[in-house]
Amino acid sequence: MRRGVPNRAELPVLLPFRLAAPAERPPAFAPSLSWGLALAAVFALSVGAAEAQSGAGQPAILATIWKWAPLLAQGFALNIAISFLAMAIGTALGAPLGLCQISLLPPVRAGSWFVTQFFRNSPWLVLLFYCMLLLPFEVSVAGHIVPIPGWLKSTIGLSLPVMANVSELVRGAVRSIPYGQWEAADALAFSRRQILWMIILPQCVKRMTPPWMNLYAILTVATPLTSVVGVSEAMTLTRDALASEARSELLVPMYSLLLVAFFVYCYPISRATAALEKRFAVK
Amino acid sequence: MSPAGHVLRTQAPLIHIADVHKSFGKTEVLKGVSLDVAKGEVICVIGPSGSGKSTLLRCINALVPIDRGSIVVDGQEVNDPRLDKLKLRRKVGMVFQQYNLFPHKTALQNVMMAPVHVLKQDAKEVEARARRLIAKVRLEGKEEFYPGELSGGQQQRVAIARSLAMNPEIMLFDEVTAALDPETVKEVLVTIRELAEEGMTCAIVTHEMGFAREVADHIYFTDRGVIVEHGAPKEFFTGAKDPRTRQFLSQIL
Amino acid sequence: MDFTPLWDWFRWLHGATGIKLTIFYDSFDRWRFFNGFLTSVRLQAICLVLSVAVGVVGAWLQGARARPLRWAVQGYIQIFRNTPPLVQLYFFYFALGYYLSVEGEAGLRTALIGNFTWAVICLSLYAGAFNVEIFRAGIEAVPKETVEAAEALGYSRLRAYVFIVLPLAFRISLPALNNNLVNLVKTTTISYAIAVPEMLYVANQIWSDEVNVPEMMNVLLVIYVSLVGVVVYAMNKWERALRVPGYVS
Repeated sequence: MRRGVPNRAELPVLLPFRLAAPAERPPAFAPSLSWGLALAAVFALSVGAAEAQSGAGQPAILATIWKWAPLLAQGFALNIAISFLAMAIGTALGAPLGLCQISLLPPVRAGSWFVTQFFRNSPWLVLLFYCMLLLPFEVSVAGHIVPIPGWLKSTIGLSLPVMANVSELVRGAVRSIPYGQWEAADALAFSRRQILWMIILPQCVKRMTPPWMNLYAILTVATPLTSVVGVSEAMTLTRDALASEARSELLVPMYSLLLVAFFVYCYPISRATAALEKRFAVK
Repeated sequence: MSPAGHVLRTQAPLIHIADVHKSFGKTEVLKGVSLDVAKGEVICVIGPSGSGKSTLLRCINALVPIDRGSIVVDGQEVNDPRLDKLKLRRKVGMVFQQYNLFPHKTALQNVMMAPVHVLKQDAKEVEARARRLIAKVRLEGKEEFYPGELSGGQQQRVAIARSLAMNPEIMLFDEVTAALDPETVKEVLVTIRELAEEGMTCAIVTHEMGFAREVADHIYFTDRGVIVEHGAPKEFFTGAKDPRTRQFLSQIL
Repeated sequence: MDFTPLWDWFRWLHGATGIKLTIFYDSFDRWRFFNGFLTSVRLQAICLVLSVAVGVVGAWLQGARARPLRWAVQGYIQIFRNTPPLVQLYFFYFALGYYLSVEGEAGLRTALIGNFTWAVICLSLYAGAFNVEIFRAGIEAVPKETVEAAEALGYSRLRAYVFIVLPLAFRISLPALNNNLVNLVKTTTISYAIAVPEMLYVANQIWSDEVNVPEMMNVLLVIYVSLVGVVVYAMNKWERALRVPGYVS
């Protein structure tokens, strides 16, 4: 090494500057089953705790819950049935309503806008009460008396906000299609009806699917509201079971069982919705 | 250039635009535009952004209604409220800057859709014609591709084929290369030039001066809603008279 | 101001058409319905504020370095989003509330936390779960180039976050946030189920006493729709006031 010439290794050098590594981006959703497992763990723990609390001579907590399980499952099935029916009715009414909102006739546009906004702004429970109390309990159709049971009235009550939300969904999806599509089709001499049905709406279906599925999940977790107006679904039956057993240590296990049941049904839907959203957004 | 290098000016013009005014809200976009396009003629409209060029094109095929003045296309008054818009749009084809292909249909379906559903022509015939047109724009083999799988230049050529499928007499091109990468611009310009050489009446809004010089029979320069100057390409590019024109050309060339 | 002529008109209405709107001409019904209305509004206002606070804190925690913390927040969100709010309310009030009660004399249990408070807790956590996701999406929608530019100008990470990212993220999340807050206002009616004396509950008492279900239901519907309509209108105005000209997110 010669003196006077600095060793290259000793020359002052600006080392590369790295900003502190950003916190690892959190996953968009939790790993698949961990939250269901967490809830199930809560349930299991609560059963254990309740067991510890229950007095001697009383049947085991799990056995009690098992005794009530078939009835509660039936109730839950009614929740699901109500959600399917309300979704079907709401979509069948809401899609045409949404198309009316983009009509060229001002009265049709204004009328459908008003109906949509009215039912979007109404609290679901108030609509449920309204339908339960004010819809007739039977109608005569073509000479026959058709009874309208309570669960059907509440289904209709739930389908009204669904209808309004579907209408908004449809309108939003149509408006999100770039104006160039309308122009190009117009320039090719398509009629307005042809443009809507052959070009715009097919493109809308993909965009509408994730929010539509999201709406279904919201509807499903709203079905226990029908217990407030007297429908015998899972929530009502759980409360009835708790009242009949009259054991305070059953409160947490049974309510958390209900939460777990809904979670198990809804979480896959929300995962699927998020996955679809991602897939359709790439286009 | 149109065939034989000159244009028949003895017949009535195919497109006759007289003193057209158009406002969007409070902004007046066209302030009295007049021009004529003869059959087989190729005109280019150039000018700064906001000068009304795209609006003018859209007025020709009645996508945008005019406030005042008159546009007559092949004897039909476009401003007439009783105008059969569909009949007009079968004669006039339009290609847009953003291609606007229908993303949920393949290239072939895009080209076939309008003749089958609007003109109600036989599907087999239309398919054969569509395949010929796709080959004509040099996209043979890409018929089953979706627009999302094609490059910008390819999509634009499909858009041209789609408009040609309606057998129009007039083609309008609205800055069709503005959204393309420089490499793909040429393939689209070649396609348009071929069309012009085959005798199609074209109105082209473009920023490509070299292309305009080559292809056009007549050039119009618009600024702030009026036609400032116009002329044959040779005189226009070398001997522009109006100072606004000269300033624009000095910025571009 | 003396409203007696107005009340008398409603009394006349009842006599003339049979439409029984005691909430106008009967002073007791009028008083309790008005109090119900005030309770509703109070409940909604408190929950709005608290749920936004929960959302801000949760969005912050979701960016934390400690993994268990992030998982905890994610778990909270997933559980509150995928289960019925009514069942959550019952769980809080009846199940948890049982354990938070004290045994008074004669074996009577009195709850430490009242039903209004439980409603506030439950609804704020429910809406807060959605808000966390909304705020998180807003923050992630701010392009990282903007943050890089801020740091190139010398902003520290924290200052860049507070002065650059948050204002933009807030504007981006505003439409979704407004939607969620409007939903919250509608969801507060479920507190009926635990006997919170808000409008729906009081209306139920009134129509049980006065047997005027159709009138009360219609009044209720109109008032709720108008109330929510006012909130929607205010939110839209707010959105428009915060809009940055030319900024498209």
